[in-house]
Amino acid sequence: MENWSLISLCVLLGLTSRWAVSFHSYSGAGKPPIFGDYEAQRHWQEVTYNLPVHEWYFNNTNNDLNYWGLDYPPLTAYHSLVCAYVAKLLNPEWVELHASRGYESHSHKLFMRATVLFTDILIYIPAVLLYCFYFCDGSSKQKVATALCILLYPGLILIDYGHFQYNSVSLGLALWGTLGLGLGWDLFGCLAFTLTLNYKQMELYHSLPFFCYLLGKCIKQGLTGRGFFHLVKISMTVLVTFALCWMPFLSDPKQPLQVLHRLFPVGRGLFEDKVANTWCSLNVLIKIKTLLSRETQLFLSFALTLLFVLPSSLKLLSKPTLWQFKLALVNTSLAFFLFSFQVHEKSILLVAFMLPLLLKDGLLLPYVVTSLAFLFLSLYLLSALERSTEEELRLGLYRKHTQHWLPKLNLMLSLCLLQFWFSLVAMAALSFTSVWLKPPAKLPDLFPVLVSVLSFLHFLGFIIYFNQVQLMEPQRKKSLKKTN
Amino acid sequence: VVIRLLEIKFSFNLETVMAAPMTNDQSCFFALALGVSFLKCLLINAYHSTDFEVHRNWLALTHSLPVPQWYYEATSEWTLDYPPLFAWFEYGLSHIAWFFDKEMLVVQNLNYASPATILFQRLSVIVADVVFFYAVKECCKCLREDKGKDLLGKPSFILTVLLLWNFGLLIVDHIHFQYNGFLFGVLLLSIARHFQNRHFEGALLFSVLFNLKHIYLYIAPAYGIYLLRCFCFTQSNADGSLQWRSFSVVRLVTLGTIVLSTFAVSFGPFIALGQLPQVLSRLFPFKRGLCHAYWAPNIWALYNIADKAFSILGVKFKLLDINKLPKASMTGGLVQEFQHSVLPSVSPLATLVCTLLSILPALFRIWHRPNGARGFLRCLVICALGSFMFGWHVHEKAILMAILPLRFSCFSVRSVQKNSQQLPIKIFLMLLFTIFSLTSLKTLFRKGGALLNPLEATYLLGLIPLELICEFVYPLTVWQKTFPFLPLMLTSVYCALGVTYAFIRLYISLLTCSDNTKKIKTQ
Repeated sequence: MENWSLISLCVLLGLTSRWAVSFHSYSGAGKPPIFGDYEAQRHWQEVTYNLPVHEWYFNNTNNDLNYWGLDYPPLTAYHSLVCAYVAKLLNPEWVELHASRGYESHSHKLFMRATVLFTDILIYIPAVLLYCFYFCDGSSKQKVATALCILLYPGLILIDYGHFQYNSVSLGLALWGTLGLGLGWDLFGCLAFTLTLNYKQMELYHSLPFFCYLLGKCIKQGLTGRGFFHLVKISMTVLVTFALCWMPFLSDPKQPLQVLHRLFPVGRGLFEDKVANTWCSLNVLIKIKTLLSRETQLFLSFALTLLFVLPSSLKLLSKPTLWQFKLALVNTSLAFFLFSFQVHEKSILLVAFMLPLLLKDGLLLPYVVTSLAFLFLSLYLLSALERSTEEELRLGLYRKHTQHWLPKLNLMLSLCLLQFWFSLVAMAALSFTSVWLKPPAKLPDLFPVLVSVLSFLHFLGFIIYFNQVQLMEPQRKKSLKKTN
Repeated sequence: VVIRLLEIKFSFNLETVMAAPMTNDQSCFFALALGVSFLKCLLINAYHSTDFEVHRNWLALTHSLPVPQWYYEATSEWTLDYPPLFAWFEYGLSHIAWFFDKEMLVVQNLNYASPATILFQRLSVIVADVVFFYAVKECCKCLREDKGKDLLGKPSFILTVLLLWNFGLLIVDHIHFQYNGFLFGVLLLSIARHFQNRHFEGALLFSVLFNLKHIYLYIAPAYGIYLLRCFCFTQSNADGSLQWRSFSVVRLVTLGTIVLSTFAVSFGPFIALGQLPQVLSRLFPFKRGLCHAYWAPNIWALYNIADKAFSILGVKFKLLDINKLPKASMTGGLVQEFQHSVLPSVSPLATLVCTLLSILPALFRIWHRPNGARGFLRCLVICALGSFMFGWHVHEKAILMAILPLRFSCFSVRSVQKNSQQLPIKIFLMLLFTIFSLTSLKTLFRKGGALLNPLEATYLLGLIPLELICEFVYPLTVWQKTFPFLPLMLTSVYCALGVTYAFIRLYISLLTCSDNTKKIKTQ
């Protein structure tokens, strides 16, 4: 079968599952007075359409920041504005100032879902397809299979088309940035990444690898010659893009400060709700949230984040290859997620962990179906754990180091397999108990806490593993299968 | 992060996965079946039509009322109009339904649709489709496979996908709500048994099927003639003609016993109660009009259009008096009897005669020069199509009966859906199905040149602008209020042309195919 037909089939399958999930409930459906993320997005359309730019991030009678005030960078606001124009054409009631608060209807839901689908088709899906075809190994069928797995990833589908968000825009743009870097179009990559930074400040998680990679590349090209010019061009691209995005806010010095204040609410505590990061998990044992002052908390989180981010970034700086870049992305974002301040559970987009959130939204059925489908599909199409060689798992060096206390090769692989299946079973068991069982009266948050602690342990494992892979990569290039 | 994880953790080698053909085929089938079931689960909350209420009502009345009242019950407008075996099926389901939501089993709870009810009903369709899966698997066994061929090009893979992921069936069963998958499963299993020369089982399955849904009466002639000719006459002469002496009475009697006993189990209780006329009147409601509210794309759609066109022209050229023409519009969306204005009116008897006439040549053909199971399949499809083309009060869903054996997607099924939220799903699934069909059938029949000739390709492409106009452009025009059913009418007429063309071509292929294909088992 030809490539184009396989690709179209994949895309259509991805789109079908997305739209099928969108039939279900959204965040805050039918729950006045606060509602949820869906109402937040609708409210932003209302605010951006009806109010002048300099009022968007400020608290006044027309714009109550306590009711879903804008807390994303300007590009989200512009996106909401465009959506609002379309909404006004279809039904002005949807964005009527004040009067449209809590507006819910079948046609409005259709419209909002359609906006997500539209941006998905425009930005995210092409990025995924290009990524799979340019940067994945294997035959074209394998690439298509990878693309299908990525497109059917339940976390993104459930959050964007269930709970309701626009993560596909920010992730898609970040992916375009990676693509740019991989294809050698550094300026384009810069542009894409700067745009995504201006869409969601959460993308700062990925900014350090981009920075280190580009800086490392410039250094390699020679800081006195071509490298310097390259650095200048990159800086100019970034600055100009920022300037263009923030232009309406640059007239008055108070504006950017207020925007930044909205984007980074250091007034809030170390964490809210149940997040699978260090602080929340530590809090189970020691109540650090109340024990330490806010300044100490800030300092501690900053220090630990830096500690975990530094090795990977320095390695990338010294060796700016694409493979290192990808590993650094993983490591840095994991480090930020685990140790930084005021992390939201949605940041990780890992589906099992988001179960409590999804249950609140009434998305149990899509959760079960999409997770099972994804799991089954990845296991079926990419059945490698039984067949993968040690080299492919990049455990070779690890094995050399631990050879004296883990002599058998098979034991290593069986351990990995065992751990994988254990994780699956644990996830299934927790999902089941969260839905069907009632927690004991003394510990009402037992299941969400268990979910976050378990997930935290997984992430800790990942960050150690990936750091090891990145840092221990040999300097010689010839032994590597992936040369970039 | 996840993309990296996927990439790093799973580097894979698909070729090694493909290395073991036997288990690979089975796992592939399982993957396809599981995948489509997942999709069906996601569609649980989609729009459902009045058929949902129909089946809920039947669950309620079979559960709450004693058997003698089943065919007399009329609290709801959706009276029981399927044969008794289906009623027993609903009765069985109702016992499981009792655990989901007892309220749905109360007959007076009209239009009751609690979340538990929806979940139960949808799940029952999804689970009943297991019969369909099994039948498809059996059909695949009847195909001749070339060893060592790439998976995506294998006929069994293509057939599995075209059947399991059939766009029409998915839309009708899992959005609109029906049990067609289950029924088609029984039909396909029966066909597969005939291909496997297990004729007794095939006959039994067909009689069971007929007692589940009597619409399969349409294809009964094909079964009858085929079994008589190819099974009761055990041998043929060298040139393929009939050898009268080889008639086996034993086989005929056994077949007769099987069929009659199935009917006895199904209709027996009602005959004993003397309710047979009532049951038959419920099963065959001839009071309904020639065409369903949403016209099925058959001959009568074209007939109606021609009649309308003539009447308009007649009035324009002052040949007819507008006051003498019947006022009611046939596109009014109601199911009543109407008179045609210019052309002669069509009665139920006339349609029956037309249907019989249309399928007689095919029946003669398999009597005279049977082509084994392959000829039987073709004849079956022609019978189904013929009855669709000329039948009385045909619902456009009936085309599925002909389509599934034909394995082509049916564009006219789209007119069943009216809800715009379902529109993207319809489009995605249709594109998915079409792309797959065209590319995989092209690889399969590469030797035969182009899959479609230019005329056919143009016709199929023409569906795109038609759909665009009907769904998007027309609602914005002024005619939307005065002639709201015009898009449906247009779609029906356009599709009727296609269906007629397909019917004629299929007939030609049946009548002109040669006899020495008996040995080949491919379809």
